[in-house]
Amino acid sequence: MSTPLRTPMPSAANPDLRLSVEQASYVYAPNPTQAPLFTLEALSFQAKPGEIVAILGPNASGKSTLLKLISGELAPLSGRIFLNGFATHSLPPKTRAQRIALVQQESRLLFPSRVWEFALQGRHAHGRSLRFESEDDVTIAKNALAQVGALHLMDRWMDKISGGEKQRVILARALAQQPLLLLLDEPTLHLDIGAQVDLLDSLRRLAAENRYTVVVVTHELNLTGEYADQVVLLQKGKCLRVGPPATVFQRDLLEQVFQAPLSVEMTSSGRPRVTLFAKK
Amino acid sequence: MRPLTLGRLFLRCGILAVILFVVVVIALKLGAVQVSLYGLGRDLIRVMLRQSSAISTDYGMIVLDIRLPRILLGIVVGASLSVAGTSFQALLRNPLADPYVLGVSSGAAVGAIMALIAENHLSLSPELAGLLTPLCAFVGAAVTIAAVYVLGRREGQIDSGTLLLGGIITASFLNAVIMFLLTVPAGGNLRGAVYWLMGDLSTIPDVKLLGFLFVGFLVAAGVIYTTASDLNLLLAGEKEAMHLGVDVPRVRIVVYIAASILTGLAVSVSGAIGYVGLLVPHVMRLIFGSDHRLLLPVSALGGAIALVIADTLARTVVAPSELPVGAMTAMAGAPLFIYLLRRRLT
Repeated sequence: MSTPLRTPMPSAANPDLRLSVEQASYVYAPNPTQAPLFTLEALSFQAKPGEIVAILGPNASGKSTLLKLISGELAPLSGRIFLNGFATHSLPPKTRAQRIALVQQESRLLFPSRVWEFALQGRHAHGRSLRFESEDDVTIAKNALAQVGALHLMDRWMDKISGGEKQRVILARALAQQPLLLLLDEPTLHLDIGAQVDLLDSLRRLAAENRYTVVVVTHELNLTGEYADQVVLLQKGKCLRVGPPATVFQRDLLEQVFQAPLSVEMTSSGRPRVTLFAKK
Repeated sequence: MRPLTLGRLFLRCGILAVILFVVVVIALKLGAVQVSLYGLGRDLIRVMLRQSSAISTDYGMIVLDIRLPRILLGIVVGASLSVAGTSFQALLRNPLADPYVLGVSSGAAVGAIMALIAENHLSLSPELAGLLTPLCAFVGAAVTIAAVYVLGRREGQIDSGTLLLGGIITASFLNAVIMFLLTVPAGGNLRGAVYWLMGDLSTIPDVKLLGFLFVGFLVAAGVIYTTASDLNLLLAGEKEAMHLGVDVPRVRIVVYIAASILTGLAVSVSGAIGYVGLLVPHVMRLIFGSDHRLLLPVSALGGAIALVIADTLARTVVAPSELPVGAMTAMAGAPLFIYLLRRRLT
């Protein structure tokens, strides 16, 4: 762990800049002599507190790799990724979990646990290793459950609630971490349309209220168009465009990236809407 | 929302400690020679008051020199195996993991036997020789769990089925090594194969050995306990635990080493007693839930209770003859293992 990466960069002086991805790249290779299996080419973008960034792209475009780099799980091969001026990869696990929360596609449990136990897990990074949860921890976990509308599920078992409810509880656990940066990996994947809109509505509200920076990996075009402040469009490991949905959502570009005939129109709210057509 | 508090932890451990005490008293009473409860109580009080000389020699012999040390050995071995099993289950994310099933006990037995053979050939001081056996048993256990861990990994993830098969095959191989070592002339004068393969508590330990075992248990189990809340998060997977703030590599290495020490200690004095580390944590989880801050101490107490009961049965059901205690635990544990395996598959 090199010390220079741990010291805040000048950019930390700018309170409006929270996440800064600077020319970050990554290469998956089973061993150095072989050709790499996958390359994520250097890309850059920045995000402010309260902003929702969507990493958009088809399968195998590098979305998850980029998320792993941002979360600090992987170290970029070149370039740097800063959260409030600290390189995310070089933060110790506990500090990282106090600042970055990740909501993964699904959370498998070996033994059943209650919803409240699950939400309290988010407090782990805020305590010493051997200790019992304080009143504060309980309050924070309850607030987190209330924020996603899951407080009434508190005493239910995790494996006895619906997929949408489970996704909200996983989000509540992430909120209980009280992070600066909230990362979500395909959060709407197994949800029905109503639950998808509910989840994204609460994300937008949470980002505004708690000043989280939210990064969502997704391939949902219309949800991205409706909710994202910024879109990072990826294709086969290349970043094609970064910007607000209105500028990134161009018919030719999206057709080429997603390999499907479509049309883009602007709604009255200035948000793009995509319609797909059959290939014949 | 009722998170665990220190008070609830102590209450539950207290209840189990009382049960353990009752089981110990019954175990002291049962046996080929009948001892009255009154006589037992009177003599135990005399021991505590350091008036051992007032105890009739027959009682003293049977209860204090034979049954009590054996029961204390059962307590420390049962607790060690049970805590080791709980730890392996959390680290490997597999409710079927247990030092015996994974071959770790057999690895410890190989280490212990090699140490005993070496002692016969090198003239070591008794103190050094006494340390060499548990040390080699620990090394045997640690090497085995490392090997099984590597065998059980596929594409960076632990595969439950592969892990169990790898463990069972490793155990089978190591048991063959044990037979070999016990058959060659150098190992011919050691305790027999039944002792090492099935486990047996019939060797009476002296006070110094018991003290060493209890201290070793408290240190290793204490180290594991400091990671209790990390183990809770590891149940959800190593990646997820990492994102919740667990230093996964550190916890993994600390717990593997401490659990190997526990297995090594237990096996070096009692052979490979099976299924305690599988059965006890599972029953405790059903009763108390899967929070390791509670599960680890209640498993230790539960393991002590279970092994004292099993050993009492082993030396009374076929009296005047004796079963190895491992036969008792396997009779109870193997059906449970099959039940758990079937339930996971469906």
